[in-house]
Amino acid sequence: MTATRGQQDIHGYLAEFDDIPGTRVYTAARARKGYWINQFAMSLMKSENRARFKADERAYLDEWKLSEEAKEALLSRDYNRLLDLGGNIYFLSKLFSTDGLSFAEAVSTMTDMTFPEYREMMNNGGRSPEGVRSIKGKY
Amino acid sequence: MARITAGIGSSHVPLLGVAVDQGKTGDAYFGPIFQGYEWTRKWLETTAKPDVVILVYNDHASAFDANIIPTFAIGCGEVYKSADEGWGPRPVPDVEGHADLAWHIAQSLILEEFDMTIINEMDVDHGLTVPLSMMFGTPAAWPVKVVPLAVNVVTYPVPSGNRCWALGEAIARAVESFPEDLNVQIWGTGGMSHQLQGPRAGLLNREWDNRFLDLLESEGDAARHIPHIEYLRETGSEGIEMVMWVIMRGALGHAVTPLHRHYHIPCSNTAIGHIVLEPA
Repeated sequence: MTATRGQQDIHGYLAEFDDIPGTRVYTAARARKGYWINQFAMSLMKSENRARFKADERAYLDEWKLSEEAKEALLSRDYNRLLDLGGNIYFLSKLFSTDGLSFAEAVSTMTDMTFPEYREMMNNGGRSPEGVRSIKGKY
Repeated sequence: MARITAGIGSSHVPLLGVAVDQGKTGDAYFGPIFQGYEWTRKWLETTAKPDVVILVYNDHASAFDANIIPTFAIGCGEVYKSADEGWGPRPVPDVEGHADLAWHIAQSLILEEFDMTIINEMDVDHGLTVPLSMMFGTPAAWPVKVVPLAVNVVTYPVPSGNRCWALGEAIARAVESFPEDLNVQIWGTGGMSHQLQGPRAGLLNREWDNRFLDLLESEGDAARHIPHIEYLRETGSEGIEMVMWVIMRGALGHAVTPLHRHYHIPCSNTAIGHIVLEPA
């Protein structure tokens, strides 16, 4: 475990996050970009909002300050796209909970595996960190 | 005088709450996870008997939305209800606060230059209620009062390990200066390795997690210096929750006596870790 302490330069700190394969770290920039995606998702914590959303998803989304791209990603449940647009998984979990999906099933849709394949990988010890720690370092 | 008598680390996976609420804690999937908490449940009931738990956890977009993002927030209210996280609130007892101790800690921390956010009213999600269920099962009322301490581990930058350790030290000093005779524990929750997003989802790291547990059991403060990028690379994007265990460890001082340890893979997407430590 590498020792570091004290002040860090914010640019260097953030740049390292882009070196992790298959991962979108939820930075302030993503939080800004995805603000209304996340606030929309948050609204699904209320059962009356869930009912309204389920009755007419498009109409419910039109009430929010969302780009067309974001609305399409939400309607198609394209979670990797939503991460790119600044969605955060804990907020997006309100959407897949509304759909009745478990965390594991929703998470599996972001990988190249089916849910049964993903579940099997998890039961066999999960995805190994070997080779997926760093893009540049390839370790 | 109040004192911190022990620290507990535990994962807080929402599926564990589902297992408790649906009576599945003894089945083939969940049994091996819950068996690792039996020692702790007995020890809490018969030996440790804490009055108050300072419960360090993170809110998962339940009490706080994207609008307000406190780095460190302390619950100073009288009572907290279980949050509706999208499928209805967990059927667990209300969580009783200890407002006198919480306000004392909040004021002491601010004088120590930790600029805390103070919360009077909020609902608490699985981050807080799952550890209570793991340690106490399904009582009619929780046998402890709780001081919730919420940490931002979602929006980067999250607080550094160094700052978390120092916060733990300051919490311990604050507890010691509270005049009432109280048996206080501090729990650090979340983790261990897991990644819930992107093509790399499902990452688990048994070796790193166990090195982290070794570090918490050992003398000294090396755990405070683990950088965020190491948690991210080695333990997945959500493994960063382990900085909350660093707050717990920081509150216990230079050396500790390890009492119990448990590790299990997997629970849903996550590696389950659990540790019980006493200040030496």
